[in-house]
Amino acid sequence: MAETAFDVIIIGSGPGGYVTAIRASQLGFKTAIVEKDDLGGVCLNWGCIPTKALLRSAEVYHNMKHADEYGLSAEPSFDLEKIVKRSRKIAGQLSGGIKHLMKKNKVTVINGFATLKKGKDAPTVVVDGTDYTAKHVILGTGARARHIPQAGLEPDGKYIWTAREAMVPDSIPKKLLVVGSGAIGMEFASFFDAFGADVTVVEMVDRILPAEDEEISKMARKAFEKRGVTIKTETQASVKLGKNGVTATLTKGDESEEIEFDRVVLAIGIVGNTEDMGLEELGVKIEKTHIEVDEYSFTGVKGLYAIGDVTTPPWLAHKASHEGIICVEKIAGENPHPLDANAIPGCTYCHPQIASVGHTEAQAKEAGYDVKVGRFPFIGNGKAIALGEPEGLVKTVFDAKTGELLGAHMIGAEVTELIQGYTVAQKLETTEHELMETVFPHPTLSEMMHEAVLDAYDRTIHY
Amino acid sequence: MPVEILMPALSPTMEEGTLSKWLMKEGDTVSSGDLLAEIETDKATMEVEAVEEGTLAKILVEAGTEGVKVNSPIALLLEEDEDESALDGYEPTGADVSKPDEDKDEAKEPKREEKADTKKEDSSSKSSETKTKRQDRSNEKDGERLRASPLAKRLAKEAGIDLESVKGSGPKGRIIKADIENYEAPKAEEKKSEAPKESKEESKEVGAVRSGGADYLSKMGIEAGSYDLEPLNGMMKTIAKRLSASNNNVPDFPLLIDCEIDALLKLRKELNAQAPEGVKVSVNDMLIRACALSLKFVPKANASYTPDGIAYHKHADVAVAVAIDGGLITPIIREAENKGLSTISTEMVDLASRARDMKLKPNEYQGGTFSISNLGMMGIKSFGSIINEPHGMILSVGAGAPRAVVKDGELAVATVMTVTLTCDHRVVDGAMGAKWLQHFKRYIEQPITMML
Repeated sequence: MAETAFDVIIIGSGPGGYVTAIRASQLGFKTAIVEKDDLGGVCLNWGCIPTKALLRSAEVYHNMKHADEYGLSAEPSFDLEKIVKRSRKIAGQLSGGIKHLMKKNKVTVINGFATLKKGKDAPTVVVDGTDYTAKHVILGTGARARHIPQAGLEPDGKYIWTAREAMVPDSIPKKLLVVGSGAIGMEFASFFDAFGADVTVVEMVDRILPAEDEEISKMARKAFEKRGVTIKTETQASVKLGKNGVTATLTKGDESEEIEFDRVVLAIGIVGNTEDMGLEELGVKIEKTHIEVDEYSFTGVKGLYAIGDVTTPPWLAHKASHEGIICVEKIAGENPHPLDANAIPGCTYCHPQIASVGHTEAQAKEAGYDVKVGRFPFIGNGKAIALGEPEGLVKTVFDAKTGELLGAHMIGAEVTELIQGYTVAQKLETTEHELMETVFPHPTLSEMMHEAVLDAYDRTIHY
Repeated sequence: MPVEILMPALSPTMEEGTLSKWLMKEGDTVSSGDLLAEIETDKATMEVEAVEEGTLAKILVEAGTEGVKVNSPIALLLEEDEDESALDGYEPTGADVSKPDEDKDEAKEPKREEKADTKKEDSSSKSSETKTKRQDRSNEKDGERLRASPLAKRLAKEAGIDLESVKGSGPKGRIIKADIENYEAPKAEEKKSEAPKESKEESKEVGAVRSGGADYLSKMGIEAGSYDLEPLNGMMKTIAKRLSASNNNVPDFPLLIDCEIDALLKLRKELNAQAPEGVKVSVNDMLIRACALSLKFVPKANASYTPDGIAYHKHADVAVAVAIDGGLITPIIREAENKGLSTISTEMVDLASRARDMKLKPNEYQGGTFSISNLGMMGIKSFGSIINEPHGMILSVGAGAPRAVVKDGELAVATVMTVTLTCDHRVVDGAMGAKWLQHFKRYIEQPITMML
């Protein structure tokens, strides 16, 4: 008879669930994790990781095409099947890694779909007819792509894709429509453009990557348009299936146009996976498909917690992981600080890359801060020029009164690897003073982070 | 082989400091715990305490020397069985000691000591122990390392908030921005929640006091008629209000110390024998003077907490609790640090007698920077008092009585008085309170020093 009583049961093994399970086990809890699919959730299997693998192929291909600029010659060609195969293999490898981590940390893995019913300390978890009990149940069931059937924006399995279909394409579409210009939309636009698709991105609001600083959005738009991507902002899309593709109606204000596309990628947000688990019956509060929780992820139902994409934004893997750790440490009676949404960095791995943390300039002003803004362009950085990546910007936003680093925003090569420097600075509450006194190695792209701080105080050296 | 007394580190980061003053001179007999010298840095002043016993044989670093490297020898101590010839051939090991990188390992590994002394293993291990102890003590005195984010430090500085008084919510109590921002918030809430409470109580008073009080007691199971209820007079209300507020608001803690007062009693007798007509110095007068001088010596302890900052008082205005009919009152000896015993004595006689007649003017009992409460004449051995806000400390004086003490390893009889110093931790921490008491004890036990 397999074990059915635990201290903590976690439902969902994405970056929220599996990290929480390991931390729970470290804290001495007898822990189980329930997964209906492959370990690792969307992130490892159908999200972050496989798309990074695809984008790496796109980057290498891009560099091959520009080999001449580096004094090299190459005859670039590609095999989409192999590109996809590589991406799937990496996802599989990492999922296997999670299995190993669960075993190493003595976390029991239960395969199947979990439903919940009233229990003693916490809701009882039912998987395939077996009751599992725990003192604490943590939901990390994640989310999936949002559809809008009224506008034809739902996957049909052939012409209309979500991210999941788009990352295993059978061919590079000639004409591709990307609906939504958030991180997912721009990453697929970047990938398919690199391999020759004629890409159009439509966005409802007035700029792409609307979560980013306005200045960064503008630069990203310019860079994409320069590559030949068509961008239509303040535009709504609806699609109808045709014989060999779709007909999209793009509406901007009073004007509409109809354009034929081979494929459509839907990147219009996500909906939480809250259905069919019996959550409503338990009294869990669900607002627009996402579970409402307090600052320590408690749902209000005895013994039941929720973390990650199934709860409140930002919907990011690292937010889910951290939230889960805080949740389980709180359960263990420790005294963690609640997660500060403003301290969660965000990264988009399109070309050029985009990364940010904290307030945008506009948000800071809106919050009532008197700001000092620093900027440093890639063209002023020796390493960027040596890399052949002279386009980009590092921008800092400081509170003029206290010197607090309110936010940092970057676009350009490798900025997704740079942002962590500012995130650490923010977490440690350094002011401009410590950042100015920090030595940044030469020659690196990170020197721009130093210069962008200096510039906020009119002390920049190289520009 | 003489024992080296080394320059102590007042903080883990201290590399050098000023030897401001020698409290002992060459030839003095030193016993464990004696204060040898005063060391200061830009941050702190501290006494060097003797750990070893012996004779202070040679002062190597003169008073007033700046930039004395941590762990360099500042004096030599001869142990009991040694005479001055042991000093011959002694070479200060100063030069190589002062290398900062070596200093850091010093506390754990007395390597240098072993190099310098190959003759007497035990004395070298002893003196390395001296060092270790001293270093530990300096850490203790300096308090825990204050963890705070740069932003929190800057915000606190701008808001005039003492980081010491802020409770950090970060890892290991690290003070972060939120702690500074929330610093005043709980106080404001406290006031808010306090206000309605007070008005409730007052409404009771304004209404039928007696029936209010009777209602209160009958709820507690005490029948009306089984007692007499005396209405509160103004003084009783003030005492109730102020002491309750103090008890609620002030994070206080007591420090007890025993003082031998035989020398003090003897001196008092001598003084009174020679005093001018009408002047009779009491033990209490001498305590007032000792307190005032100790406050002068430890000016940081002569302080009041305010929400906007800590007020450091320029004079020691000592308030003395006097029991009177229906309560107590605290007349004040102003600028007591500048007043001799006869002045203090004369003023105190006058203030106390007018206090009993309820004839004090408000400026004679309002204010003050420190209080003394003495229940010694009632035979109380020791007790603690409630801080008289905004004073930072109050000294509770117990009875001086013959007690068995151990002197030089043998039982002896001494007149011992226990005093309790209650401190407001927001302005006076344990180390500072203890330092103050050390000075106080010194004045009491060597009363001639307070005649200076």
